[in-house]
Amino acid sequence: MNLKKTLVAAMGAAILAAPLVAAPVLSSTAEAAGEQFFPLIIYRTGPYAVGGIPLANGYGDYLKLLNARDGGINGVKIKFEECETQYNTKVGIECYEKLKNKGDVGASVFNPNSTGITYALIPKTPIDKVPVHSMGYGRTAAGDGRVFPWAFTFPTSYWSQAAAFINYVGEREGGKNNLKGKKIAFIYHNSGYGKEPLPTFTKLSKKYGYDFKALAVDHPGQEQKAAWLQVRRYKPDYVFLTGWGVMNQVAIKEAAAIRFPMDHFIGNWWSGAEADVLPAGKSAIGYIAATFNQPGAGTQAHGDIVKHVYGGDNAAANKAQIGQVLYNRGIINAIYDTEAVRTAMGKYGNTAMSGEQVRWGLENLNLTEARIAELGVKGFMGPISISCANHEGGGKVMFQQWSGTEWKIVKGWTDTMQDMIRPMIEEAAAAFAKENKITPRKC
Amino acid sequence: MEVLNAIFVLPFVDMFSEPIFFAEVVVGGLLTGVMYSLVALGFVLIFKASGVFNFAQGAMVLFAALTLVGLMEKGVPVWLALIIAAGVMVIVAVIIEKLVLRPLVNQPDIILFMATIGITFFLEGFGETVWGSDIHRLDVGIPDAPFEIGGMLLNEFDIWAAAIGAAMVGGLALFFRYTVIGRALRAVADDHQAALSVGIPLKTIWIVVWSVAGFVGLVAGIMWGTKSGVQFSLSLIALKALPVLILGGFTSIPGAIVGGLIIGVGEKVAEIYWGPLIGGAIENWFAYMLALVFLLFRPQGLFGEKIIERV
Repeated sequence: MNLKKTLVAAMGAAILAAPLVAAPVLSSTAEAAGEQFFPLIIYRTGPYAVGGIPLANGYGDYLKLLNARDGGINGVKIKFEECETQYNTKVGIECYEKLKNKGDVGASVFNPNSTGITYALIPKTPIDKVPVHSMGYGRTAAGDGRVFPWAFTFPTSYWSQAAAFINYVGEREGGKNNLKGKKIAFIYHNSGYGKEPLPTFTKLSKKYGYDFKALAVDHPGQEQKAAWLQVRRYKPDYVFLTGWGVMNQVAIKEAAAIRFPMDHFIGNWWSGAEADVLPAGKSAIGYIAATFNQPGAGTQAHGDIVKHVYGGDNAAANKAQIGQVLYNRGIINAIYDTEAVRTAMGKYGNTAMSGEQVRWGLENLNLTEARIAELGVKGFMGPISISCANHEGGGKVMFQQWSGTEWKIVKGWTDTMQDMIRPMIEEAAAAFAKENKITPRKC
Repeated sequence: MEVLNAIFVLPFVDMFSEPIFFAEVVVGGLLTGVMYSLVALGFVLIFKASGVFNFAQGAMVLFAALTLVGLMEKGVPVWLALIIAAGVMVIVAVIIEKLVLRPLVNQPDIILFMATIGITFFLEGFGETVWGSDIHRLDVGIPDAPFEIGGMLLNEFDIWAAAIGAAMVGGLALFFRYTVIGRALRAVADDHQAALSVGIPLKTIWIVVWSVAGFVGLVAGIMWGTKSGVQFSLSLIALKALPVLILGGFTSIPGAIVGGLIIGVGEKVAEIYWGPLIGGAIENWFAYMLALVFLLFRPQGLFGEKIIERV
């Protein structure tokens, strides 16, 4: 073979091999500058759309803000896609399957926005290696990260909320010991979601001696006269509501119809939005609900959303329900998730994070007061620290009251009796582990 | 023995030991029953005239209420919004007749039923597209203050709803019995072919009956929408009307009323006195169970036309 032929053969081989050699280089370059994909399981239609719309708007707008203002997270652009579930568990699973592998490195984290969908996804996510974050809903036992490494419930859970409610009404009665002999009625959505707080209420009733009556209301809760007739007969000192969608609006109307004092009627954090009280008009004044975020649109982040996402158009931002309770909760949810991605980037570098890496970020999330202030949401949310063992964060709960025009915080961060709740969570998680033959991680 | 006691003795002891509360439960059930009847009426009207089970009645309730509240939110006075919303329901009836019913004349009932499922999806989607998916507060000026009478706590709104429901049934009964259109409608209900042969305009009758069903849907939407706000779940109240129809009969207007009252009282009494035995929330399925028991003995419902099959 002469030199000319050798050179031609070498060049030909080089040309043929070039794509093979270059491809990994190009692909790793694309990955480094890739996009962080957020799958949004939402519901803007169907019987629960009234709550689903502001939640989706708040989450989506915060992601858009990060792209528009900061160029994404640490320079990595955010990409997201919505999938409509109508709050239907089966459709939610389809959405999960559709979105889990999208994006450069797959989905970052799933927020099912439904306890039913969360329950269905918990067994799937460890296999697909993508975390599920059910913020203040879902399976309470998933707060034990040793048994549920891929599930997160922070900043708090239904059990902690029930404990905070007992603390709050105990305080109003001059101490929890004064609850002895008092009557508490619990009106709940007859579903996994609605039933979650039952173990806590039952356990606390034994401890503090209050009488407790649970009254279930079937989906969707349009008709609940029978439950309220029983409330009228039972004459409780307090009523606690765990509703969603139309059930909340009807419950407030029915409470007014039996002249139940509104300041003794307390909803959970999914029963305390503007849409829940507005249909009842003046009769809803005084109604109280739990929350873990401040109402209103007064933070710097809200201003930035109006400026960068809506181009300064306040009317458009108001149409998206900016500053309303559930919109703000969407923002908080997005802050938790994007900060978890940022935390993961601190370890793995500024590139698109995989679900596995985001899981690490969620587990090592430490949102301090200082960091919250840096994010432009000072006082809007509480500081929180997540660990390998504790995926709930033991977050505290606030209570807000409807004035007729706006929600106002009437009780700041309230203790959630973690000395009692945490062992309950660990016990439930251990039972789940035993039932499903899971060996808990060492943390 | 304890179980039998809990099922067959204690609930009755409970009723008689607190008779005023029991009376309140019954009255509450009757008033709720009227609300169910309002929805059931729309089904009966269309089934009587065309033999079609209109799956879209719930969606018509939602669409009518959305139209009304949407107009009111744009500053249209209540009275005018009511007229326009009723007019919109007439337009909907005309469109349904032209685009859905007319092309499907002489098709089996199941085809027409399937078509109404399509209408449901269209009306729900179109209504939300035009007026949005948010909740809308509806206040047409019906008072809703609670008041006490004989130790029972009632609500002015429920009394108004019952009165409006009763007036509507009375009006419809008179309309069908004494007007030319009413008689023509009954003729169509009896036999399409025979009605056509004596010159009754089938298309006009269908438009009239779908319009009246739309108007009934508007009234039901106002009543239910005032209670819960106008939102998507209004379309689900059709599910509450099904046991009422099974019980009262698909072809009887008085049946819709009596069926509604029985279901209303039955489910409330069952929920309060027997519900706690099995964890509560039994009223939804109890209504269906009650209807099914009736179905075993009277398949045509309480007031439905007797089913005679000739071989």
